[in-house]
Formats: sequence, structure tokens, C-alpha cells
Amino acid sequence: MNMQELQKIANQVRKDIIIEVFHAKAGHPGGSLSAAEIFTWLYFEEMNIDPSRLDDPDRDRFVLSKGHACPGLYGAMCERGYFDREELKTFRHIGTRLQGHPSMRNLPGVDMSTGSLGQGISAAVGMALAARVNGRKYRTYTLLGDGELQEGQVWEAAMFAGAKKLDNLCVIVDNNNLQIDGAIDKVNSPYPIDQKFEAFNFHVLHADGHDFESLAGAFSRAREIKGQPTVIICRTIKGKGVSFMENVAGWHGKAPNAEEYKIAMEDLERIGETL
Amino acid sequence: MSEVKKIATRESYGKTLAELGAEDPRIVVLDADLSGSTKTAVFGKAFPDRFFNCGIAEANMISIAAGLAAAGMIPFASSFAMFAAGRAYEQIRNSIGYPHLNVKIGASHGGITVGEDGASHQCLEDIAIMRSIPGMVIMCPADDVEARACVRAAAKYDGPVYMRFGRAAVPVVFPEDYKFEIGKGAILREGTDVSIIANGLCINSAFEAAELLAADGISAEIVNICTVKPLDEELVIKTATKTGRVVTAEEHSIIGGLGSAVAECLAEKCPTKMYRIGVRDRFGESGPAMDLMHLFELDGEGVYKQVKAFLEA
Repeated sequence: MNMQELQKIANQVRKDIIIEVFHAKAGHPGGSLSAAEIFTWLYFEEMNIDPSRLDDPDRDRFVLSKGHACPGLYGAMCERGYFDREELKTFRHIGTRLQGHPSMRNLPGVDMSTGSLGQGISAAVGMALAARVNGRKYRTYTLLGDGELQEGQVWEAAMFAGAKKLDNLCVIVDNNNLQIDGAIDKVNSPYPIDQKFEAFNFHVLHADGHDFESLAGAFSRAREIKGQPTVIICRTIKGKGVSFMENVAGWHGKAPNAEEYKIAMEDLERIGETL
Repeated sequence: MSEVKKIATRESYGKTLAELGAEDPRIVVLDADLSGSTKTAVFGKAFPDRFFNCGIAEANMISIAAGLAAAGMIPFASSFAMFAAGRAYEQIRNSIGYPHLNVKIGASHGGITVGEDGASHQCLEDIAIMRSIPGMVIMCPADDVEARACVRAAAKYDGPVYMRFGRAAVPVVFPEDYKFEIGKGAILREGTDVSIIANGLCINSAFEAAELLAADGISAEIVNICTVKPLDEELVIKTATKTGRVVTAEEHSIIGGLGSAVAECLAEKCPTKMYRIGVRDRFGESGPAMDLMHLFELDGEGVYKQVKAFLEA
């Protein structure tokens, strides 16, 4: 798939995110929008997955450790053919498969139930470990928020993955620099993120999280690394693509009203026309 | 009962894990730097490729176990009850309980008989905490025979299980041909005046108490409820209806454990006069295991005295 096609899908994922949180009147648009290209890359290029073979033991695994960004995950899954776009409007409603945070028992295709920060990366480590025990070739990917790095469990998991040389594990950090209470370095700085992961025996890669060329390079390099887990630190913009949401911490966990919805969709429509 | 064979249930755990490892390649075992104490090292020695020592990081261990289960393995994750059920509660709740993953938690060193290490390590709340998680099966075996049966039943069962094992060597009370089933209790001694519903080490105390009560002309029925959840309500109601007086006995806080489970069942379905024997809303303290059982009135004599006082009240 060429870069322009991927950009179009990422833009559609962004529309999906806005549709979901608008119809739910709740949810987390900011950190979903910042990861739209990451979700798109994983579900359309990177991972060995097939929506018609959900239980394939050799499929690549993805754990959304920053579970609140599931509007983005659901958007990418829907565009990839896991379910119809219409279902996005059920997000967070009674009886929905699209729970407020990902639930593997509700939505087949979700590899792990997440939402409580710090736990997803450990579960991903477990999946990578299972591949090693069973001699399976699949890779495990997990996406973390940068604020999530404040959770101690992240570093317990990193220490273990590094010590056990889990080179089938790829950690991705959505470094949008904002958390609920403000800038991550103002609240409780996790920087320098790269040196911390390096100290835990990770191979550290950097990427522009909104540039598919950059993502392609980093993920391709990650697959070549042997004897170490990798982390790809993706520089991103929280709320990316929606003018009034960009770089505003207040849009971490808030839904747009009807007027804001209209503006957001027009913003994304305009971006779509340039692609 | 001095000539009776004594084995700590944690020994039974490690031994059975090693047997299961040979029978099912999906069995993997995790520990958090306590493999010598939880006895998972027995498995680790036999199957080093399927044994993961996570170091002193229980939260990570529990969530790794969840990931292993999501990928089709049958992980047994072990630590002391304090650090498994206590420290990693939220990981058990969200990473294992909520997705109903096939993880077995083998918690050793439960209760007051941790002994000399004192209150920081004496977990008296684990059953209460685990019982509040939807879908969690909870077992508290009484001796070596029952512990081995529990571990085998847990491996066969598809879903989350919490098993509590003790540090101290305890008398073997069940015969080798004992049949165990998850969720099924058993009447171990028939009686007519009072029912003592117990599990774990308190089964032994109940037998001793029943002898003392018999000398006073009181006929005590002993009911073993190894599976605290799901509770064998039918049996609890049956014995309560028969004797009309129920006492529970457990090496756990009286809040939230076996006593609470029985009380909740009887209050709703068969109101019966009852009394809960356990640790009465306080922390433990240092001391030799069996001296603490005596101090907290959880030994045969303590159970006898409390049953007597309850019946006379």
C-alpha cells in the first residue's frame, strides 16, 4: 500500500474516532487521534493478521496498553474489516461490543482487555514469552502512552523483557507529551524516555508518529533487531488533525458537542481533500 | 494425633506442578523470587524452559501470566498470599478476572501460620479480596491430599483460580482415594447439635474440637468447604437445617472469608444462629505458627471453647 493510501485510511480512522466519541458523548479523542497513523500502520502494513481468522495461533498480537485510546483501535479494526463502520456508533452504549476500554471477551479480534494503565505491556510480554516457549514466529506489539510511563509496572515489564532478550516484542510509545493534568514533564517527567529504555536493554528507535515513511523505517528496523526487545518512541501531537483539539490536554477525555463535531469533521474533510 | 504424617500444602503444590508439567506442555509456572518457599522451584528444576522467575515484581508477574493465558498457555503464578492477592489485586482483577483468563494463582504462606515473620507477611484478607472478583474460583485445601487434588482440578478447569497454601506442615487428614470436585463440600463427621464448617488448617482444629465437645455430650458435625467460591450452598443449608447451629472456622479474618460466605448464604436462604471463628478484625504478630494458632484460638482447644461459648450463649 502506498503512503497516500495509508494517509487516507489514517484520516478515515480520525473521522471514525470523532464519530465514536460524538455518538457516545464520552471517550478519549486526544490520545486516539495522536496514534491514528500508528494504528493504521499496524493494522494495514505491519501485522500478520486476518479478520477472517481471529484465532490463528500464529497471528501477530497487539495489546493497547493505553486502553483509553480504543476509539483509534476500533477505527483501524473497522477499516481493516473486523466489523462494519455503522457499529462505531454503538461505542460506549449499553450492550455494545465496543466497550469504553478494550474488552477481548466483548470484541473478538482484541487480543487483551486493557484500560488500567501499565498492565498491557506486561500482558504483551507474556504473549511474547508464549511465542518463545511454543516456537511460534509471531511478533507482539504494544502501544503505551507517554504518561503511562509513570506507572511502575511499565518498568517491571521493561526490566523483564530486556533481561529475557525478548526480540519478538515491540513496544511503541505515543509521545504526545500531554496527560490529563497537563504536560507530562510538568506533572511528573518520564524523560529521558530513550535512555530509560536503553538502560533496560531495549533497542531504542525514534519515529515521527504522523509520517508513514518514518514509521515504515522504524518498524522495519525493529524487525531486524535480535537479542533485544525494541521500543519505537513516536513523536506525536495530541488531538492531531482536529484544529481545536491539537495540543490541548482538555481533549484527553471529552466528547465534542454538535457544533464542535461539525467543525472537527470539516477539518478532517479538508485534510482528506489534500490527500 | 502426634503419629500422623505432616506435610505443608505448599509442598503438595510444588510436587503436583512438576507432575502436571510432564503431562501437559501448556503448563508454565511463574514466581517472584520465592520459588524455594512456594515450592515452584521443584517445577523449575524439571522444566526450566517453562519456568519464569519474574523477580520481586508481583504486579508484572500476574499480568505476564494473563498474556501467557491469552496465548493459550496454562500459567500458575506464585507468591506469598500477601503479595499475590494483596499487592497484585488490581492486576488479578483487571488482567485476569475481567477477561476471565485461564490463570491459576498459587498463593502460599496464607494466614497466621506464616509465624515468625509477623503481621506484614500474615495475609488474613486474601480470600475476602479474591471472593469479590466475579468468576474467581477460590480453594483453601486442608492437607496434602486435598491440596494435590486442588492443583489438578485447577489445571483442568478453564478459568481463573486462586489457591491458598500454608507454610506450616499440617496433619494429613484425608485418605489417598479422596475424591475432590471444585464447588463441592463434604461432611467429614456426622453430628446433630452443631455444625462446624471449616477449611484449611482449621479442619484439623475442628476434628480436635469435636472430640472435646463429644466428651461434653455435644455432637458436632464437621463440614469441609475447601472451595469458598463457588460455595456449596446446598450442603451449607443441609447441615444448617439439620443441626440448627452453625460455626465457621478459618485461618482468615472473620470479614469476607468462609464465615462471611456462609453467613451471606444462610442469611438469605436459611436464617440460622451462627458464629464465625477466625481472626477478629486485627493484624497478626510474630511467633511460632502453632503458638499463634493457640493465641488466636484457632487450634482445637480454641475452636472448642468458642463453640461451647456460642452454644451456651
